[in-house]
Amino acid sequence: MAHRERVSDARVQVPKPAEEFDSLIHARVRMGVVSALAVTDSLSFNDLKALLKTTDGNLSVHARKLEEGGYVECRKSFEGRVPHTVYVLTEAGRKALGRYLDHMEALIQAVRDH
Amino acid sequence: MKSAQRHIRTNPELEEPLHTRAVHDLRFIRETIEAADPITAVPGLGVLAMGVIALAAALLAELQPSAERWLAVWFSAAMLAVGIFGITLWYKGRSSGVSLWKGSLRRFVLSLFTPMGAGALLTTAMLLARNLQPVPGMWLLLYGTGVVTGGAYSAIRIVPVMGICFLCLGALTLFSPAAWGNTMLAIGFGGLHVLFGVVIARRYGG
Repeated sequence: MAHRERVSDARVQVPKPAEEFDSLIHARVRMGVVSALAVTDSLSFNDLKALLKTTDGNLSVHARKLEEGGYVECRKSFEGRVPHTVYVLTEAGRKALGRYLDHMEALIQAVRDH
Repeated sequence: MKSAQRHIRTNPELEEPLHTRAVHDLRFIRETIEAADPITAVPGLGVLAMGVIALAAALLAELQPSAERWLAVWFSAAMLAVGIFGITLWYKGRSSGVSLWKGSLRRFVLSLFTPMGAGALLTTAMLLARNLQPVPGMWLLLYGTGVVTGGAYSAIRIVPVMGICFLCLGALTLFSPAAWGNTMLAIGFGGLHVLFGVVIARRYGG
């Protein structure tokens, strides 16, 4: 019972409310795109689709949002006659992921401290 | 009321406490990063080179007068092929900023080479027992096992498929006449490597 109360308190005293989450990264597919690009120089559209087990349409929508937010850069080229799309994480995207991770860790720490 | 309950069930994140969501998010990010590591790190040209070496070894081994010399040819070819694969794997990993000894790529390498080490020990035991007849089938089966388990860490989907082809060929070889052994090794280590090496190199780079 006491434990439940402490957890309940911790929920109230989290560092920031949910509204302050970076909404661009908060969605699962976009979080996956940014995380995967953080450890590689670049990934193709097909690589990301296979990695995140998602559809062409879903990935396109989320990748475009990240691109519009300046978190990823989309580079299009042709290999022979086949179009080839590659995504690269921008510096803004890398910093945003760092902030997001800090935020998550702070939330968990707040619960542990109470 | 029932409708509202259904809505809540289909949107579990609405109910999830923030710190729980944070734990899940961090786990998802870690898993994604681990899975992204080796995504293009299997070198198509390295696999292709292994196939070419195996085809040459099969021709050379066929000419050998004794089983021991036949084994020595294949053993030398295996060492050369593993060396070339290691170099191309390291080079491709480095060019995409991925360390060989980090995350999923490390597990891929360990999963691939552990059955090969077991195969080397079993081959030595069979050589001492002077019974090399099951060796070709055993090699193909163990290598296939390594490729299937290692391929599970790779997002290149045809890597486990290649492993399954080796497993099927190995099973067939085990119950085939002993005289077919060298040809089966040529088909497996030569043909399958060349075929899948070309596909991987074209789709995912060398």
